[in-house]
Amino acid sequence: MRDSFARTLHDIGHKTKDVFIVVADISPAGSMAPFRNDFPDRFINVGVAEQSMIGLCAGLALRGCRPFAYTIATFAIYRPFEQVRVDVCYQNLPVTIVGIGGGIAYSTLGGTHHAQEDVAVMSALPNMTVLAPCDAAETAAATWAAVERNGPVYLRLGKAGEPDLTSKAIDPYVFGKIRRLRQGRDICFLSYGPITKMAFDAAEVIEKQSGATVAVTSVHTLKPLDREGIAKVLQEFSTVVVLEEHSPQGGLGGKVKEIAWESGAKCRLATFSLQDEFIHAFGSHAYLQERHGLSIDALTRAVLTPIAR
Amino acid sequence: MANSLTHVETALERCRRYRRRILDISQRGVVLHIAPAFSCLELVDAVYHDLMKRDGPLPDTFVMSKGHGCLTQYIILEDLGVLSEEDMDLYCKPGGKLGSHPDYGVPGVEASTGSLGHGLGIAAGMALADRVRGDNRTVFLVMSDGELQEGSVWEVMMLAPSLGLTNLVAFVDLNDFQSLGRTSETLPNFYPMKAKVEAFGWDCREVDGHDNAAILAAVRGRDRSKPMMVLGRTTKGKGVSYMENVPIWHYRTPSPEEYQQAIREIEGGR
Repeated sequence: MRDSFARTLHDIGHKTKDVFIVVADISPAGSMAPFRNDFPDRFINVGVAEQSMIGLCAGLALRGCRPFAYTIATFAIYRPFEQVRVDVCYQNLPVTIVGIGGGIAYSTLGGTHHAQEDVAVMSALPNMTVLAPCDAAETAAATWAAVERNGPVYLRLGKAGEPDLTSKAIDPYVFGKIRRLRQGRDICFLSYGPITKMAFDAAEVIEKQSGATVAVTSVHTLKPLDREGIAKVLQEFSTVVVLEEHSPQGGLGGKVKEIAWESGAKCRLATFSLQDEFIHAFGSHAYLQERHGLSIDALTRAVLTPIAR
Repeated sequence: MANSLTHVETALERCRRYRRRILDISQRGVVLHIAPAFSCLELVDAVYHDLMKRDGPLPDTFVMSKGHGCLTQYIILEDLGVLSEEDMDLYCKPGGKLGSHPDYGVPGVEASTGSLGHGLGIAAGMALADRVRGDNRTVFLVMSDGELQEGSVWEVMMLAPSLGLTNLVAFVDLNDFQSLGRTSETLPNFYPMKAKVEAFGWDCREVDGHDNAAILAAVRGRDRSKPMMVLGRTTKGKGVSYMENVPIWHYRTPSPEEYQQAIREIEGGR
């Protein structure tokens, strides 16, 4: 995803001379090289200093530029939170804050590097747009959407090497609209970010074991949320499952329940997220997810256990 | 020298008038931050009247990083016709657009401030955009000395010279006071400041921050290969004896009697 972001930004850099990338000593080194070589003035490394990264971006935006701030998600939004809130959101400036390693992708680096509640925190800010693409191609689309957006954006990315999930998508990427990636009629997964792959894998197992058909939908735009689209899914399917690599507070699960209540949904609705706990464990990404109850098995079992969840 | 004296006299008279205007506004409601406004008045006055290029397609920029000093900026913007008398009448009142901290979008206000330690980063971003585009503009800002206790300021202190932001001129309103008392007593190692700023790669001058001629001499004589920081030694509440160096006047509004005395003292200083 980070390479796709860097390539897309390079393309955008050729189209507009107002695009800057401001990093805080973390950069997709190899893939950012073309941008850096072609636009040395517009690649800025502020050093290990995230507050100045965001402040600088706000100043650039006040001069009509389109800056992207880039570092690991936790450092991009938590350390300089007040700069994000005041300099960027309060002034409603077109600054895109790119957080890599959203969720618990940095599974061996410990809790300091886990962005478990980033969507909740960023969604709480007025004027903020929150984007969380699921693969490299969707990252490219989201990066374009961010630069076209005339206001603050939080772009939540994974790391590198995420599998393709969207080349056979039913729907095209449209900013602010949910997107059907896999067709089905009975059960529908709503997910965002790289964990959407787990929904695909669970869908296959569920189809084999039950005969039910399973759809997967990417909720790549978390704010503004496509409430109508989600209400339609809740009407259309007998079972809807929300899967997210995020704290249970303030993520997609709670919002879908809100929409279900407001739209009088009759479907069965299950939500899967990280637990409301820090993670003091190290291992593979899948291992950490499993410790918080997120695995293909867990999803499959829960969905196939009739009702009463 | 006759011209120079005239210029200084003009600035003195203008600042006297500005202090009266702030005191007048203070009698229409609850007005915070009079003493911090009086403290930085000559610095902001010098920027607007003597240093800033205010016209043309690429005007200079002023950022009131010390947001709580914004009464000073408002009355100067009113004097320059950027804000109206009606705007000032509605200061901190329903339907008005001017509050105790400046809001981006108000004419003449280039950034929303009020939380300390944000202005320098924003100003650096503006100066960077200008440098990259080759635009001949200078970004001025005023910070408070208490503001320099925010770590975010020192991040940009490191960054601005590294980015070659020679088009950045920062003033510090060095009044030795913060909300709870004297800065030199609160944090004894905070001063001296000049050597610290220079060590970070800035051209730094320390001047009497109420002396128009000294302020102008420092900025006009600056080393244009570095960003500049002017440390303006000031008196918090300058011009009114009972406000000077008395912390409560960070917040208090003068009573009618106190107002009368303040006006007499400002006029007496003529």
